[in-house]
Amino acid sequence: MFRTILYSRWAKATVFLACLIPGLLLVRRLITGDLGPNPVETLTHGTGDWTIYFILITLSITPLRKILKQPALIRFRKMLGLFAFCYGVLHFSVYMVFDHFFDFSAIVADVIERPYITAGFLGFVLMIPLAITSTKGMIRRLGGKRWQRLHRLIYASATAGVVHYYWLVKSDITVPLRLAAILAALLLIRAGFWMRERQNNVAARPTDKRSEAAAT
Amino acid sequence: MIIGKAPDMRYSEVTPKKDFLNRRSFLTTGLAAGAALAAGGGLLSMGSFSEAQAALAGEKLAGVRNNKYVTDEKLTPFDDIKQYNNFYEFGTAKDDPAVHAKNFQTRPWTIEVGGEIANPKTYDTDEIMKLAPLEERIYRLRCVEAWSMVVPWIGFPLNAVIRKAEPNSKAKYVAFETYYDPKQMPLGRSAGIQLPYVEGLRLDEAMHPLALLSFGIYGEVLPNQNGAPLRLVVPWKYGFKSIKSIIKISFVEKEPPTTWNISAPREYGFYSNVNPKVNHPRWSQAKERRIGNFFRRDTLMFNGYPEVASMYSGMDMKKNY
Repeated sequence: MFRTILYSRWAKATVFLACLIPGLLLVRRLITGDLGPNPVETLTHGTGDWTIYFILITLSITPLRKILKQPALIRFRKMLGLFAFCYGVLHFSVYMVFDHFFDFSAIVADVIERPYITAGFLGFVLMIPLAITSTKGMIRRLGGKRWQRLHRLIYASATAGVVHYYWLVKSDITVPLRLAAILAALLLIRAGFWMRERQNNVAARPTDKRSEAAAT
Repeated sequence: MIIGKAPDMRYSEVTPKKDFLNRRSFLTTGLAAGAALAAGGGLLSMGSFSEAQAALAGEKLAGVRNNKYVTDEKLTPFDDIKQYNNFYEFGTAKDDPAVHAKNFQTRPWTIEVGGEIANPKTYDTDEIMKLAPLEERIYRLRCVEAWSMVVPWIGFPLNAVIRKAEPNSKAKYVAFETYYDPKQMPLGRSAGIQLPYVEGLRLDEAMHPLALLSFGIYGEVLPNQNGAPLRLVVPWKYGFKSIKSIIKISFVEKEPPTTWNISAPREYGFYSNVNPKVNHPRWSQAKERRIGNFFRRDTLMFNGYPEVASMYSGMDMKKNY
């Protein structure tokens, strides 16, 4: 049943529309003048929050598909990752336009001098090659292994994003800590998978054990 | 038997009940104006004045505008002033205090004035309000987070309280404390700062005529989220120095601890004068976003109050941030 839904023609379209909702809600509030006393801050926080949320959602696909044994979930990973990038672009754009009005020297100075901006900028920049190489053609050109290795940059990008958040708050670190905990859980699950896979491989091919031991 | 004539008056001419009940605020307006003119308040009947002040957030409170402290900048709308607050006892999000301070009990309220002074005394709000005539003063407010507002405060100089207290030669600093009650302020536990909130000024800073003890905004009693029933306003310093909902004022010999300095000593100093040249370690203070504006503007030295500069002559502003 669940599997049928995941594989249905409408599943992707539905997820796509759902991913647009947070952005559309912000646009609606912008049009109706309902962004509160500090609209720029609301836009900055809104787009920034959703960038991190989408990174974390993207990172949860692999654990979920393995734990729930729903390989079909992989169909949504690319789209979710690209939404993370889109919200990141919006977040950076708000900063570029309203905080600095295209004053690139000021932006460069900010990135160098302010650690929380350095972290945020790093997280954003690391997503760029991932967005560029997200197409099927690029996967083919790079080859699965290399593509996968490149896309592990998302771990660094996610970490940078959470650090960015942690470094910018004044005293209430509850939210960034919560995000850090979720990220840590998602990465630890991966470490678990990796260890088990390695054990299985070792068990399956006992001869490899010796060569591996020799290598280390 | 008809005695006299029916009154020649229509029902529509009867004072609406709302206005009738608000006649106290009318009294306050008149009395505050009178007080300002009398510049002493001795002419006032005590009874009616204190009755007039038994007011809660939203009720009228007027002061004569002090034209020395005005600006041609646009006032920040009252709604924004009420919806965009840092008052961590009521939550750390900007819109938290408006929601969570709604039922904050600001009456009865006492303010203990003590320490190195000749006249220690515990006032209630009505009594302390009588120490000087109320004025309206329009000040810029610059938050350390690089946003700002223009607020029409109502209050009088803090120095009126200090003069009454008569500090002795040991009094070098003034320490302030905010009321803290975890029952009324359950979100205070997750504020990430040590509570009760404490602040302080050097005695000469506290004596400066710009330092205001405020009881109202926009002709109304202070909304709870803005620091009811009384707060400090120190317009040349970052907003967190302007401590809210004060219950204690003490005169001390040594520099008193201050909440944000305890929380992050490298980031928030005792002085915390608005200074576009001294950045917060994590962000720039060169510019600010005025609430209501999309783009940022330059931040002014001492938030545009150069008259305070002489108090810091010869002081290294980078070291004493």
